[in-house]
Amino acid sequence: MNKLVTTALFSVLCVATSVVFATPNIQHWKTDNGARVYFVQAAELPLVDVRVVFDAGAARDGDMPGIALMTNGMMSEGAGGWDADNIAERFDSVGAQFSNSSHRDMSVFNLRTLSEKEWMGTAVKTFATILSKPTFPADAFERERKRLLISLEQNKESPESISGEKLFENLYRGHPYASIPEGTEQSVKALKRTDLMAYYRRYMVGNNAIVAIVGAMDRKSAEALAKTIVGELEPGKAAEPLPEVKDRQQAEEVVVDFPSTQSHISIALPGMKRSDPDEFALYVGNHILGGSGLVSILSDEIREKRGLSYSSYSYFAPMRVQGPFIMGLQTRNDQAQEALKVMRQTLSEFINNGPSARQLESAKKNIVGGYALRMDSNKKIIDQVASIGFYGLELDYLDTYIARVQAVSVDQIKDAFMRRVNPENMLTVIVGAQTPAQAAN
Amino acid sequence: MKHFPEHNVHEYQLTNGLKVIVKEDHRAPVMVSQVWYKVGSSYESGGATGVSHVLEHMMFKGTEKLGPNEFSRIIAENGGRENAFTGRDYTAYFQQMEKSRLRVSFQHEADRMRNLLLNPEEFKKEIKVVMEERRMRTEDDPQSLTYEAFNAAAYVNSPYHAPIIGWMDDLENMNVDDLADWYRMWYAPNNATIVVAGDVNHKEVFDLAERYFGELEPSQVADRKPRVEVDQRGERRVKIKAPAQLPYIMMGYKTPTVATAEEKWEPYALDVLAAILDGGNSARFSRNLVRGSQVAAGVGAGYNLFAPRTELFTFSGTPSQGRSLDDLEKAIKNEIKKLQEKMVDQAELDRVKAQVVAGKVYERDSVFYQAMSIGQLETVGLNWMLGENYADNIKAVTPEQIRAVASKYLNSDTLTVAELDPQAIGNAKPARRTRSAH
Repeated sequence: MNKLVTTALFSVLCVATSVVFATPNIQHWKTDNGARVYFVQAAELPLVDVRVVFDAGAARDGDMPGIALMTNGMMSEGAGGWDADNIAERFDSVGAQFSNSSHRDMSVFNLRTLSEKEWMGTAVKTFATILSKPTFPADAFERERKRLLISLEQNKESPESISGEKLFENLYRGHPYASIPEGTEQSVKALKRTDLMAYYRRYMVGNNAIVAIVGAMDRKSAEALAKTIVGELEPGKAAEPLPEVKDRQQAEEVVVDFPSTQSHISIALPGMKRSDPDEFALYVGNHILGGSGLVSILSDEIREKRGLSYSSYSYFAPMRVQGPFIMGLQTRNDQAQEALKVMRQTLSEFINNGPSARQLESAKKNIVGGYALRMDSNKKIIDQVASIGFYGLELDYLDTYIARVQAVSVDQIKDAFMRRVNPENMLTVIVGAQTPAQAAN
Repeated sequence: MKHFPEHNVHEYQLTNGLKVIVKEDHRAPVMVSQVWYKVGSSYESGGATGVSHVLEHMMFKGTEKLGPNEFSRIIAENGGRENAFTGRDYTAYFQQMEKSRLRVSFQHEADRMRNLLLNPEEFKKEIKVVMEERRMRTEDDPQSLTYEAFNAAAYVNSPYHAPIIGWMDDLENMNVDDLADWYRMWYAPNNATIVVAGDVNHKEVFDLAERYFGELEPSQVADRKPRVEVDQRGERRVKIKAPAQLPYIMMGYKTPTVATAEEKWEPYALDVLAAILDGGNSARFSRNLVRGSQVAAGVGAGYNLFAPRTELFTFSGTPSQGRSLDDLEKAIKNEIKKLQEKMVDQAELDRVKAQVVAGKVYERDSVFYQAMSIGQLETVGLNWMLGENYADNIKAVTPEQIRAVASKYLNSDTLTVAELDPQAIGNAKPARRTRSAH
């Protein structure tokens, strides 16, 4: 048997956590056609990451759900004189990784390439052509439309996907965020190639774009790179401001009968936007409530004490305007009501009592002590930088972050939750097999 | 102590058998610490499947010194992120922390390596959690159900037959004594490897390892029966009916791996073959099946060359609208046939190699991944150097070798096919209820 000296558990931890390390130095400028560039020099590895983000996500779908996603996806299906095969070959032959994706706020294009001049040149030229000279070939459009319809079908077999869809649909009724990024069968079938081209012309423009660059190059090369990548875009106009999301006035329950062994349960309401005055109080508070994995209050109540669910969580998703606050879990159908009750109770108690001073201290230690882990790779740095750029946060956001976390008090958390999260007005979504007893109540 | 300067790796072994491997990377002031145990679902036998994974869950439930979940709280208070994962051939625990916190990780990992409590009350709750995990990952996911059935059909007596998470019936009948036996049998310093990567000094890491793990007693680790998979004498087919919207197919051929191949180059040739078909958007599957004939909405190939026993070279996919599983299967087999009959051209091969060369550089962006690669290889009984030499071995593969492995291994006598036959989900309209505030 090995004898370790038992240290009093927390004596080790009472050392004040003052972590000092260099946050990435973000350099910022604009291209001639209005794109905002955010650059971090990272000289250690011979690679370069580029991310271009347009304010052209599903929130801009209007009456054509799916158009943002289709436009984003189609841009790499043909550009300049190249078809999809040529484009793929050009990236693959120089070991470059290209990816694109579309969300509610953002239309995103990523490139990772070696910094070796010739290989990078091929990768960058291909990337720039996709952004500025997409051709939207008719045959590729029909193919990709079919593939999107298939993925809409696939979503219908996942209780988790259905739950997410119902949540946004009902939480944001009448607001652009209600649009499901993949669209609907009906809306996707109605899309025309010319719609995509018009959408591209309106939104994929310099004044509606940000460029994040992280990699082994100096400022001068980064300026030239940014120019190559987005310099050919029309200046155009930034997207219009999105309408604010109205606060909920009443509770609502949406129940979907689905032949699964588990019920997926969420409770939600509109939460916060980026640069929200309550950002840090809500973030740190939620960290304690359900945002810190196994040590959160919610996980403790649902998983540790009762074994009801494998994964229980809560989070604020800050977006351009009020993104959702969601608490969720999944549990065996016959435990659904019990789990829902515990989740609601956990939230109410947290709002009424706030966290304890001890809980707040632990959360701060976790966030502050682990801060370096949020930017320990170029991939993570570009995530941070692109987000700062897209949402127009202060350039010193990362530098002031720790101090702002440290400044949060128990009272501020209580106050912010009391004002912003009303448990009486939550949307509840349940997807799972409904017993007659459940359906009747 | 051994030093491999070209890889910046240092190795050290404690007298109790514990191996410690350090990869220094000073880019950011962080480190990852991983403890790898040589045990996983392939160590289990019938009736006790899933015991490795359940034990992994119980490793967070307290020791003689720490209460349930206290380990996680301590790591969290130290700014750490932690988790664990169980595979067929390993169980690993990790913490990612600011560089000065390694001591905290070692202190408590050493504690739970030998002093786990396995409290029956905690077990009762945690086994429920694992069953919920199984429902989420497998029971309610038609493609996972298909994969599980595919796997059980493809492997007869190999321990790869059973799912890592275990059969539900085995979970329902598991008791805490099963775990206690399992823990005693495998959780020992001479059955573990520690990998630390990041902004650390290897000497300090070895000193810390001596201090915290040095006094742990080694165990007599059991010999395992080989359980070599029986020869397959003809194609096998299974059908799975489950609530789903889309059909789905899985196919797999028995193939050797680096651990089992007679010819050292064969697994690398198979790996390149997988990339020729499914390595990037310019690969043949995307080009010919998704874009060209449009028979597939999605299709992929998979092969793990670093498995310690016979593996499957797999294909999986969903046909596009108006095309059948049969069409997709024929199209996949036709792509295989082309590889058996005709050499791949140099440009294709060069693209695959370019991606591998670049991939080696991209890997260095993640200290976690680098540690993971070392730990995984060591734990399945291969040398971590194989990971470092991977790109060179891939670069050496020739078109003739690709043709040779395609002909030798991708033939129907060792093929298993599983088809998902979607059963109607029903289109129940969601009920909407408004509750007045109360």
